[in-house]
Amino acid sequence: MTDVSIHNYRPEVVGKEVVASQIGVVDRPLGTWERISGIGWVRKTVLLVLIGLVWEIYARYLNNDLLVPTLTQTFFALAESLGTGEMLKAIGYTLKLLIQGYFYGLVLAILFTIFASATRIGGDLLETLTSMFNPLPSIALLPLSMIWFGLGDMSVIFVLIHAVLWSVALNTYTGFRSVSPTWRMVGQNYGLTGPGLVMRVLIPGAFPHILAGLKIGWAFAWRTVIAAELVFGSSSGKGGVGWYIYQNKNLLETPHVFAGLLTVILFGFFVENIVFRTVERRTVVRWGMQT
Amino acid sequence: MEITPKPLLDVDQVSLRYKTRDSLVTATYRVSLTVKKSDRFVILGPSGCGKSTLLKAIGGYLEPVEGQIRLNGAVIRRPGPDRVLVFQEFDQLLPWKTVKQSIMFALLASGRMGRREAEERALHYINMVNLTQFADSYPHTLSGGMKQRVAIARGMAMEPEILLMDEPFAALDALTRTKMQEELLQLWEQTRFTVLFVTHSIPEAIRIGNRILLLSAHPGQVRAELNSGGSDVPGPDGLLLSERIHNILFERKQEVAS
Repeated sequence: MTDVSIHNYRPEVVGKEVVASQIGVVDRPLGTWERISGIGWVRKTVLLVLIGLVWEIYARYLNNDLLVPTLTQTFFALAESLGTGEMLKAIGYTLKLLIQGYFYGLVLAILFTIFASATRIGGDLLETLTSMFNPLPSIALLPLSMIWFGLGDMSVIFVLIHAVLWSVALNTYTGFRSVSPTWRMVGQNYGLTGPGLVMRVLIPGAFPHILAGLKIGWAFAWRTVIAAELVFGSSSGKGGVGWYIYQNKNLLETPHVFAGLLTVILFGFFVENIVFRTVERRTVVRWGMQT
Repeated sequence: MEITPKPLLDVDQVSLRYKTRDSLVTATYRVSLTVKKSDRFVILGPSGCGKSTLLKAIGGYLEPVEGQIRLNGAVIRRPGPDRVLVFQEFDQLLPWKTVKQSIMFALLASGRMGRREAEERALHYINMVNLTQFADSYPHTLSGGMKQRVAIARGMAMEPEILLMDEPFAALDALTRTKMQEELLQLWEQTRFTVLFVTHSIPEAIRIGNRILLLSAHPGQVRAELNSGGSDVPGPDGLLLSERIHNILFERKQEVAS
């Protein structure tokens, strides 16, 4: 004891702080350039412009409209199709199919989730079916769908339902199961039971999972509807964006093919990065349930 | 002597069991206690004495296998807003509700009152726990102590018959914990609510409670029921209250040792 206190003796130290003004930078706002380069979408826009430039230069150097039209030609083709209303009609048609398929898929997913959450056999069934059907690309079902439902919209809608149903149902089900037991108890404490508890505690509590399911379902559906139109649109009188691409390929109108592809990219980008991102920012990110 | 008031909460010879994955556990065995209006009743015991399970049973989440739990004479069968629980976990606040919305949610879900009245009352209780400037903040932006204060405000805003607190300060750091104990006592001075407080800390029990129930472990049985004046003072036998509690809770070990 005494040994340690002698060997380890050192004088006490009090008050040795340096005045803040002598330290240099304590808290300085960043410069304009530092701030702008810190914004993700600014950097990505710059990249996009560069890619466009490379495309334009390469296409001019190649000088072959049939293989690679220039960016400007593609824009003109797009503007022309938009002007005649052809493109808008195609987008409208594709969207109509897509929204129908998505909607029916969601309704079925809700029913399935209720069944799966309420009974153990339902949960087992959902897990088994999902592991069977999720790896199956929806478009692979199109030939079968055409045999069953003929050449109408119904065959595409059937395939779309398949694309949406499994990812949404499985995610919602997982979400419900991962809701904290404390939240359930809190809800019950204030007198919530049955549907009230589901609406006011389980759904918001599972929302990060539900939203993830909706996003994946949308992405699958969007890719599937375009693919289905490429295979199938040619035999029905009217067609969507996929059909527009297919038809212009047959006419060797390559700028219009590019315009169709650009539309697919832009629309997909809009929904996935703007619509869903906004919903995310206003809900799960704001609630601190996801960063 | 004034006439003793009727018990508010009456736990009568209650045994509780629950199932884990591989066994059936008896949490408490024939535990009895009575809580009177404005009591600060503390249940104290080591881990495994079934105190949290007992609190959940009083909350109505678990049915006794033996005995009865009565609130104002009526047997408790299900959870309800007349007994509000405050948990230990910070996630008892719903992340999608701001502080104000969280309290309003409790008041509205239980169908007690309309929106405007609920908002007024929520703001009143937020003010009582000194969180007025955080009324519109989401829980993930608050510290642990602040979250527990919101949970307490939410419980108090319900003006329940009894507030059930399950180690509400156990996950807090020591400094915050002391401060929260002080604040809880101040709130009690203001409104004299009835609270049943579960803890495993002897100093906390002495500080918070006016009556302390000691439970033994595996399964929980009543060891003693003591009075506390709020500070650790020597009793007639010359022992500090904390020493008496310690001896009662651990006397079996001493017997073995001697």
